[in-house]
Amino acid sequence: MRKLFLLILFCFSASLWSQDYFPTNLGVKITDSNPVAFTEAIIHVNANETIENATLVIQKGKILAIGKSVEIPENAIVFNLNGKHIYPSFIDLYSNFGMQDIKRVSSGAQYEANRKGYYWNDHIRPEQHAVDYFNFDEKSAKNLREAGFGMVNTHLQDGVIRGTSMLVALTEDESNTNKTIVNNKTAQYLGFSRSKQTRQSYPSSIMGMTALLRQTYNDANWYAKGNMSEKDLALEALLEQRNLPQIIHAGDYLNVLRADNVGDLFNIQYTIVGGGDEYKRINEIKATNARLILPVNFPDAYDVEDPFMANYVSLEEMKHWQHAPRNLQHLAEAGIEFAITSAELKSPKALHKKIQIAIEKGLDEKIALRALTEVPAQILGMENQVGSLKNGMAANFIITSGNVFDKESNIYENWIQGKRNIIKDDDLPKIEGDYTLNFQNKKIEINIKNKSGKYSLEAKKDSLKLGAKIAFEKNWLNFMLTESDSASTKMNRFSAYVPDASTEIKGKVILFNGDETSFIASKKETEKNEKTDNLDKTEKDKASENKTENDTYVSEITFPNIAFGKTSPKPNPERILIKNTTIITGEDVGTLKNADVLLRDGKIYKIGRSLSDKKAKIIDGTDKFLTAGIIDEHSHIAASSVNEGGHNSSAEVTMEDVVNPDDISIYRALAGGVTTTQLLHGSANPIGGRSAILKMKWGASPKDMIYEDSPKFIKFALGENVKQSNWGSRTRFPQTRMGVEQVFIDYFSRAKAYGELKASGKPYRFDDEMETLLEILNGERFISCHSYVQSEINMLMKVADQFGFTVNTFTHILEGYKVADKMKAHGAGGSTFSDWWAYKYEVNDAIPYNAALMHNEGVVTAINSDDGEMIRRLNQEAAKSMKYGRMNADDAWKMVTLNPAKLLHIDHRVGSVKEGKEADLVLWTHNPLSIYAKAEKTLIGGVIYFDLEEDKKQRKALKEERAKLIAELLKAKNSGMKTQAVVKKKERELHCNSMDSFLDGEFTETQHHH
Amino acid sequence: MKFIPLYICAFLVGILSYAQQTPAPAQSQEIIIIGATAHLGNGEVIENSVIAFKSGKLTVVASAEEKNLDASNAQVIYAEDKHVYPGFIAPNSTLGLVEIDAVRASDDEDEVGSFLPHIRSIIAYNTESKVVESMRPNGVLLAQVTPRGGQISGTSSIVQLDAWNWEDAIVKKDDGIHLNWPKRFVKKGAWYDPKVGYKADEKYDEKVQEIYSFFKQAKAFANQPEALLNLPIGAMQKLFNEEQKLYIHTDAEKDILDALHFKSELGLKNVVLVGGKYAHKVADQLIEHQVPVLVARVHETPEADDDDYDLPYKLPRLLHEAGVLVGLENSGQMERMNARNLPFYAGTVVAHGLEKEEALQLITLNTAKILGIDKQVGSLEVGKDATLFISEGDALDMMGNILTHAFINGREISLETHQTELYERYKKKYAEQK
Repeated sequence: MRKLFLLILFCFSASLWSQDYFPTNLGVKITDSNPVAFTEAIIHVNANETIENATLVIQKGKILAIGKSVEIPENAIVFNLNGKHIYPSFIDLYSNFGMQDIKRVSSGAQYEANRKGYYWNDHIRPEQHAVDYFNFDEKSAKNLREAGFGMVNTHLQDGVIRGTSMLVALTEDESNTNKTIVNNKTAQYLGFSRSKQTRQSYPSSIMGMTALLRQTYNDANWYAKGNMSEKDLALEALLEQRNLPQIIHAGDYLNVLRADNVGDLFNIQYTIVGGGDEYKRINEIKATNARLILPVNFPDAYDVEDPFMANYVSLEEMKHWQHAPRNLQHLAEAGIEFAITSAELKSPKALHKKIQIAIEKGLDEKIALRALTEVPAQILGMENQVGSLKNGMAANFIITSGNVFDKESNIYENWIQGKRNIIKDDDLPKIEGDYTLNFQNKKIEINIKNKSGKYSLEAKKDSLKLGAKIAFEKNWLNFMLTESDSASTKMNRFSAYVPDASTEIKGKVILFNGDETSFIASKKETEKNEKTDNLDKTEKDKASENKTENDTYVSEITFPNIAFGKTSPKPNPERILIKNTTIITGEDVGTLKNADVLLRDGKIYKIGRSLSDKKAKIIDGTDKFLTAGIIDEHSHIAASSVNEGGHNSSAEVTMEDVVNPDDISIYRALAGGVTTTQLLHGSANPIGGRSAILKMKWGASPKDMIYEDSPKFIKFALGENVKQSNWGSRTRFPQTRMGVEQVFIDYFSRAKAYGELKASGKPYRFDDEMETLLEILNGERFISCHSYVQSEINMLMKVADQFGFTVNTFTHILEGYKVADKMKAHGAGGSTFSDWWAYKYEVNDAIPYNAALMHNEGVVTAINSDDGEMIRRLNQEAAKSMKYGRMNADDAWKMVTLNPAKLLHIDHRVGSVKEGKEADLVLWTHNPLSIYAKAEKTLIGGVIYFDLEEDKKQRKALKEERAKLIAELLKAKNSGMKTQAVVKKKERELHCNSMDSFLDGEFTETQHHH
Repeated sequence: MKFIPLYICAFLVGILSYAQQTPAPAQSQEIIIIGATAHLGNGEVIENSVIAFKSGKLTVVASAEEKNLDASNAQVIYAEDKHVYPGFIAPNSTLGLVEIDAVRASDDEDEVGSFLPHIRSIIAYNTESKVVESMRPNGVLLAQVTPRGGQISGTSSIVQLDAWNWEDAIVKKDDGIHLNWPKRFVKKGAWYDPKVGYKADEKYDEKVQEIYSFFKQAKAFANQPEALLNLPIGAMQKLFNEEQKLYIHTDAEKDILDALHFKSELGLKNVVLVGGKYAHKVADQLIEHQVPVLVARVHETPEADDDDYDLPYKLPRLLHEAGVLVGLENSGQMERMNARNLPFYAGTVVAHGLEKEEALQLITLNTAKILGIDKQVGSLEVGKDATLFISEGDALDMMGNILTHAFINGREISLETHQTELYERYKKKYAEQK
């Protein structure tokens, strides 16, 4: 199929170039069909093949011949390149060149699509074809040509599925503007961004987008089988384009992994546009097998001259500043193939500088060249037409003075489809040298220098240095000199036409006072030693460069690559023997004194007295307390996103898609003895998203943090948040608790019908949302429901009874104490705050005795955080039930260990200190129910993830590393590099969870009343 | 707890008809507490103590072994194995100014405008707040009620937490003016954006200049009757004759230094730093300027990823060890309801290195000194107000903070609340079901 496609493509493009068919109104039609030959060139056929002293012949936009012994046709126009270089011109695959500016719509439905005859979601726009939005933009084209680009693959960057792209030549042939469009359907583009052409609020998050993509592919398959009675032009387009290369814009390494996960489900190997931070998880990136398209917008150095301001720069930012220019090199070393895009640069002109930096940091020039030529051509499946220089291929090449990536090198010409574009004059006469300038009886000594096309001028009058400026273009020499010294503002302006190198330059001078007269500059005999001088200098330069490169401190990449990161993402469990400690087991045996615990293979192998194991690392637990790791039933740390609030049900989204392992909160939670969390969706809608149950393995990849064989959970929500009581436009259903009930009845009725259809064996449309709800009805997925007041708690239990399932957990459940007997009868557990209240109306009757009352009625009760701060001291929160309600210590402790484990259906694995369970343990300095306790060591699966002593060492190392990196930043500034101002950064707000939660609600800023 | 005596039920029915606990009447009889471990709040501990108070004032604070008292006319509380503490003080609080965060109608904490020294918190302080009464079972008996927002948010007052009305609640009226020092970085983007970032506030210097000129203008008007015609300027006058304190709220190192320069240039004497999340870095300058610190909430995450995970926990100790006079405050998200956790903030500081009695001072005598009410409250010393409580155990620890008695000016206050009432009601419901 692919071959056939290429064949068609080839025929199509070939026919485009074969014959002129446009009439002309410009008089006699001129066709430049003569061959053009370039001789004595160094031709880089591709990144790996260079032919010295070679000839290139082109005709009618294509390469006719290339090589050392090429016969030059008699009618050829010949350019002798005198040792200049020829490279294939560059191709950019992530471009919106020539695309119409799409204005954001400001009216229309908020929850429905605004198109008719297309997919139900407006952000799915495969029917969008770049060619329909295209207008050649000469200004941008010129910038791109000057950077060496010959063609770009452009598309309308709007929507989650964005439709097809087109390959465009960056120069317009006035006689045949159609030649500009090389191929009008080269690839299909996707991206994690909403369309501006609709107000439809779903999807509003990254996890909504991954879910939407999955559903769209499922629907397309369903449509392809002819099962859908209506016409859907979007799905038809999607199906039509399924064999095109699929290119998705991800934007950072986590999204690269997310995109690839979606593709894997449908056997689609995306080419992925990354973010330049892929070096952070190179192994996972490699495992995607995806080809990448990468930006080179390396951040500028931070200006840290003000030591107070320097404190605001995080280690993460400094390390990224260092490693971003090394990203390509890191990926190349790992054997990952990539193309380079100029997309994120302010101007494509900055491309060379950025690539030079990458090369300085170790990137192989050949790989850089491939990434701009052959790789993009391959990604489009057009490597036989563009991207290298071979007979029959498009005559797209640049002529340079030297190595294309060399600082000193210039691009003189950029030929596109055989059309010449002069970028820089390459045949100006040599004017460098010393001159004596005479005008108005004045004598000034001047020296003109030319450094690869950049001219400079020094002038001395009576050994006094003058201010000077020079330009030499198209044989016109213009320069200015100050009248007296360099500080003078009196300017004399000189202008001369210099047709060829000569010993005398004559021209006109306009004096600072407006008078005009003539000047003569007579060349002095050049002294030989100048050249050697220069040589010395460059050698010196090189030497000093080498020196600085050697002196450079390069930070180590850690997991995550931020403060307190680990050196390995996957440490192996140790064999550990914890001796002579007090164990609060959380089991019936209660508290054991002077006991030992042996850990092997990540599990609790043996608990007893006087245990020994010669191979084990010994930890002295004398005067300390050992417990199971804390489990937080309700958490939003380690997430890139919390709410998909675009629909009142989002059962199809999953928090597993948005796990963020680079959150410092993970480390801080470990320091508070937390080993497991349930990462819950927010509470913006009655039916929220699926949970991710995580181990706080600091440094692990998102996938490795998620529980293996994780029990399935989903977040539900009731009350003020889903009613949007404290924000919103008051139009989204439901606005009352009465409406909330009906949302559930409606969805579960539909899920039931869906299940019946599915069970009947008849064909059915796979619906991710319904599948999830069906799992609930079948008792395969459990609900954790955000809830506050007794009426709504009771209501959901009745709805569950009606549909024959059990509500697993009510979370928050601050009025649970009012219906604890009913919860017990239904079989629901409660996970609550210890003492929060008064933040909104529905917590008016929230009491800190809630946990004790529920517990006393036999409800499995847990204390949760829902907060990046409180998660750090859940042991204290558990102890509050001893104050409020006089709970006994063992029961209080279970509320943050065994009980949440039960609620999460992982109590057979974790939650207590028991032989055979996973070695998720905490060694405390005091009884953890005491305010005076600190976690000294936190282990997960037998690996020590937090250790007070280690933390101390890391603080010291962090301080030193910061100092070294700040020194590097200062060096960069002093060497004249561009810098950026330091800005305080606190991306993940303390209450980030809250943020989404205008959205989530608990600690929303609405409560800030600003 | 299956059997509940009838009189408790009757009592419950009685109090449920009130919006709040009835304030206690004035102390009529001498009260003597015998046998408790007394934590004086000044760093001292008396094991087996005797504490007596009459007409609202402490008359005896001594060791029971050394002092025998005539208890014939007194109410005696035997408190062996129990602990006595001076009432905890919550400074820089908005207690009584907002009832429910998300209910706008219940919100009186932030007035419109930027320079509002004339705005006084005391007249809006709601003695009948359910949140206020919930402080007392944890030992928090005093608070500085402080307005929020603007550059100068207004004038605070110090109250005790058992009163019929704001006038009766006053411990110190209009004790100080609160200046929010400008921030170099301000939040950008939509408030609901999960990735809220910051941007440099280009108006920082301008805002600082505005503060300088407002204060200079106020100072120039000192002792001139015309000043009274200009309400904001008039309200500033007590700052310059040192009757009032200036509370400067700021956190960052450089911002604190800027504030100290401002203090010097204006010749201000009574200045308190509030917040001070990085105050440990400028401890020497704070000592040199004799500026005490009310340290930001201990139960908080560090500001920067690179900070020590325990920086907020240990910051009060770092400052104390450097010689700075330190108290604890807890402004921020859900600050009102969280004010009852004040003792546990102090307890957490102990876990991170401070001695227990020193940590206790952070919420008692140190705070009283900083607020300028230490002659009256803050420690168990003869002559001071009998504002104190008895706890079953260590009041800085959740496990021990269980109050049996609490007194404000010698008046034995109720330890019931809206929350304990609901607790008792539902406990009874379930007991009756069995």
